[in-house]
Amino acid sequence: MFAPAPFLLKDTSVSQVMTQVCIALVPGIAAYAWLVGPAILVQLVIASLAALLAEAAMLRLRKKPLALFLSDGSAIVTAWLIALTFPPLAPWWLVATGTIFAIIVAKHLYGGLGQNPFNPAMVAFGVCIVSFPALMSQWPSVGLQLPLVDQVNVILGLAPRIDALSSATPLDALKTALKLDEGAFDVTHLLANQDIYGNFAGRGWEWVAVGYLLGGLWMWQRKLITWHVPVAFTGALVAVSGALWLYNPAHFASPLFHLLSGGAMLGAFFIATDPVSGCTTPRGKLIFGAGAGLLAYIIRVFGGYPDGVAFAVLLMNLCAPVIDLLTQPRIFGMKDAGKGGKA
Amino acid sequence: MLMNLFKFKGGVKPPTNKTQSLGKPIAQAPIPSRLVVPLHQSIGGTPRPVVQAGDKVLKGQLIGEADGWISAAVHAPTSGTVVEVAMHVQPHPSGLDALCVVIEPDGKDEWIPREPVNYKALTPEQVRERLQQAGVVGLGGAVFPTHGKLTASKTVPMEEMVINGAECEPFITCDDLLMRERAEEVVRGIGIFRDLLQPKRVLIGIEDNKPEAAAAMRAAVQAVGENFEVIPVPTLYPAGGAKQLIRVLTGKEVPAAKRSTDLGVQCFNVATAYTAWRAITHGEPVVSRLVTVTGNVHEPRNYEVLIGTPMDELLKLATPHPDTDGIIMGGPMMGFLVPQPDVPVVKATNCLIAHSDRLFPPKAPEMPCIRCGSCAQACPHELQPFEMYWFSRAKNFGKTQEYHIFDCIECGCCSFVCPSRIPLVQYFRFAKSEIWAREREKNAADQAKERFEFKQLREEREKAEKAEKLAKAAAAQAAKKAAEAAAAAAAGDTAATSPQAADAPAIDAEKAARQAAIQAAMERAKAQREAAQPKNTDNLTPDQQQAAAEIEARRAAARLAVPEAPANEKSE
Repeated sequence: MFAPAPFLLKDTSVSQVMTQVCIALVPGIAAYAWLVGPAILVQLVIASLAALLAEAAMLRLRKKPLALFLSDGSAIVTAWLIALTFPPLAPWWLVATGTIFAIIVAKHLYGGLGQNPFNPAMVAFGVCIVSFPALMSQWPSVGLQLPLVDQVNVILGLAPRIDALSSATPLDALKTALKLDEGAFDVTHLLANQDIYGNFAGRGWEWVAVGYLLGGLWMWQRKLITWHVPVAFTGALVAVSGALWLYNPAHFASPLFHLLSGGAMLGAFFIATDPVSGCTTPRGKLIFGAGAGLLAYIIRVFGGYPDGVAFAVLLMNLCAPVIDLLTQPRIFGMKDAGKGGKA
Repeated sequence: MLMNLFKFKGGVKPPTNKTQSLGKPIAQAPIPSRLVVPLHQSIGGTPRPVVQAGDKVLKGQLIGEADGWISAAVHAPTSGTVVEVAMHVQPHPSGLDALCVVIEPDGKDEWIPREPVNYKALTPEQVRERLQQAGVVGLGGAVFPTHGKLTASKTVPMEEMVINGAECEPFITCDDLLMRERAEEVVRGIGIFRDLLQPKRVLIGIEDNKPEAAAAMRAAVQAVGENFEVIPVPTLYPAGGAKQLIRVLTGKEVPAAKRSTDLGVQCFNVATAYTAWRAITHGEPVVSRLVTVTGNVHEPRNYEVLIGTPMDELLKLATPHPDTDGIIMGGPMMGFLVPQPDVPVVKATNCLIAHSDRLFPPKAPEMPCIRCGSCAQACPHELQPFEMYWFSRAKNFGKTQEYHIFDCIECGCCSFVCPSRIPLVQYFRFAKSEIWAREREKNAADQAKERFEFKQLREEREKAEKAEKLAKAAAAQAAKKAAEAAAAAAAGDTAATSPQAADAPAIDAEKAARQAAIQAAMERAKAQREAAQPKNTDNLTPDQQQAAAEIEARRAAARLAVPEAPANEKSE
């Protein structure tokens, strides 16, 4: 009999970790389904099925144990993040294509679980927004009260995609309005008078973001993530948006608007914290998070895409190995004696 | 007493499982049917056996003599007859065997004459010598000969002496009970160490889950009239690691490359202090120790056990459950399954845990690393275990060293928290042993190279000497001829010639021939050296030279015709 020490092990596993990430997404999903529309639940199912199918096929091809890896939950997390970042009424095949691409190309072609240099969900978003820019930019107008059946029909392509389905995101609408009517409007005026804006940011969406924040805080409390990435991400976003907002409040939205808009909260707590494609050293995580927050702002405000989180994370994924290499922490005994926390 | 404690990073809190074996006082384990006493029970030289089969021995009689300064003597644990001095399987994961003295007890348990000594009358040298002769070694598990740690540094003043009563490993309670029941002798033992090392402070660290032990120690310190500080430290595995306890109590961090004495700290286990006291003032060498017998048994308990007692006999005292399928020596975090149940209890044996799948469920299958970083957060030495894992797996051992693999104390915290169930410590042990093996190979190759070069040199010298002899012979021939000619001439001439006149040309010829031969030999040697050393290795950095040397060594060792790519090639 051979069993190496330690004989005692903590009760933990990859599938436990992934399950807890999914649980942490629930408050955000609930707000999403309640305030934006229950179609998101259908998208979550579609994405999950596509992810499991692609995962099973790839595991089969790579001759890996099916049950062990299908149950690890990593494919589901990827699927959910994809569903949550795609427009809720996107056609089913768009979500499925994105998910399958993420699992096959971004995950398994790089070696599967734990080996992917890029966040698979963000690869899916990037690929789809470049390939299908129109569909990826159609967000349902606020106040669109379609019954679930009709929403499902839209997703499945059984009902026509009417104009009301293809509004812009609050972030995009702001950008467009400011570009079209240079000087005629200011941000405060826009936010107060346009229907798509709520109290702080996009109507409804702002509470979805708060849901993600709550889930993220729970993950931090459970030690699934450390504080570094979310703090650096949101800190950088607040710093840069705050500076520009103070400089010209008529032209730039407030930090609060940016924090609660688009994928900022999802990105800060669920995407930039992905350990596989992100940084692992404490200082590395700070650089990674800050870089992602800064790039997300630049892309969403000055770039051509509705939101910048996906590309910001992918760009930082590229830098992660080098950042890790350069930020290796000093080890026990290799710093000044006597320094450090007192009990 | 209020004192600022320091923290070490990382650490884990496994279930302590200590209460099971704390219920009853220490019991004396009966003398077993047979004692197998390994000679090598401490770090350092293997003691030489001084008894042979058939010898009668008394309890405490020397059976293995310390070999060198860092080595500790071994004694007969009870009276009886030496059955054999032979190889037996050791309580070590390798299952290798080593020389043991096997004793059949006579049941009388008759001591050698013991001479109680007041150690204050002895010089420090005498105390150290007595400790060595009594076989006193670190009983916390490292079994380093204690006398070797008791010489104060001449350059660094000894500031703190740390006494380790933390006992952080789950299940183990032998130090706890020792402190509860024999605190005074522990304190007096610490007094011996204190007198030898003269530290400014003596700090006794005890994890705060042992309030009874701490209270007993405090009372003993007071009763003996010492000024030692008994300090409860937070229960956090591995707070009982020497470096961690030193950190917690003094704030000092001992790096892998240094000794604690370089920082003015020395650390001893409480049980070591106890045996030192018994050895010096009672003349009792280390022939027994406290062992916690626990795990999958009916009656977990601490026993005073004779060294050499077969583990299965000891385990029987605690009545193991029928599904017991192995014996763990040590704790569940750093212990190991012994290769067979009848291996002997040695000085390093602090705990036996009966193993069963019920108690320690088989590990779930290993998954890929997801770089979650839990291991890095748990590592008390602030290493990046997952990085070392990647490189160990890839056999990129140079990189593992860049990530400080030799700072790893193999405490098991990383494996404990890993959600992917990767046996990280195993990977690190593998990497370390590979690095050591390569180091040895390299040394062997270096020696071989040296031998080869010396042989070449010798052959050159012999050739040169031969040439010289030939030249001498030729010169002698020439001189002879010249002499003959001269004689003929002299015979012709009537005048007497000086002997120098005839000898001079002969000596010149001899000298010239010798010089020519030496010159030729030197030139050949030079040519050979140049041929042997290609020019492109002349201007290498030390790193590259080392890499090249390692390649050479491996090639030589493996007799490979095809050069292998160096595993620790540096990307420059």
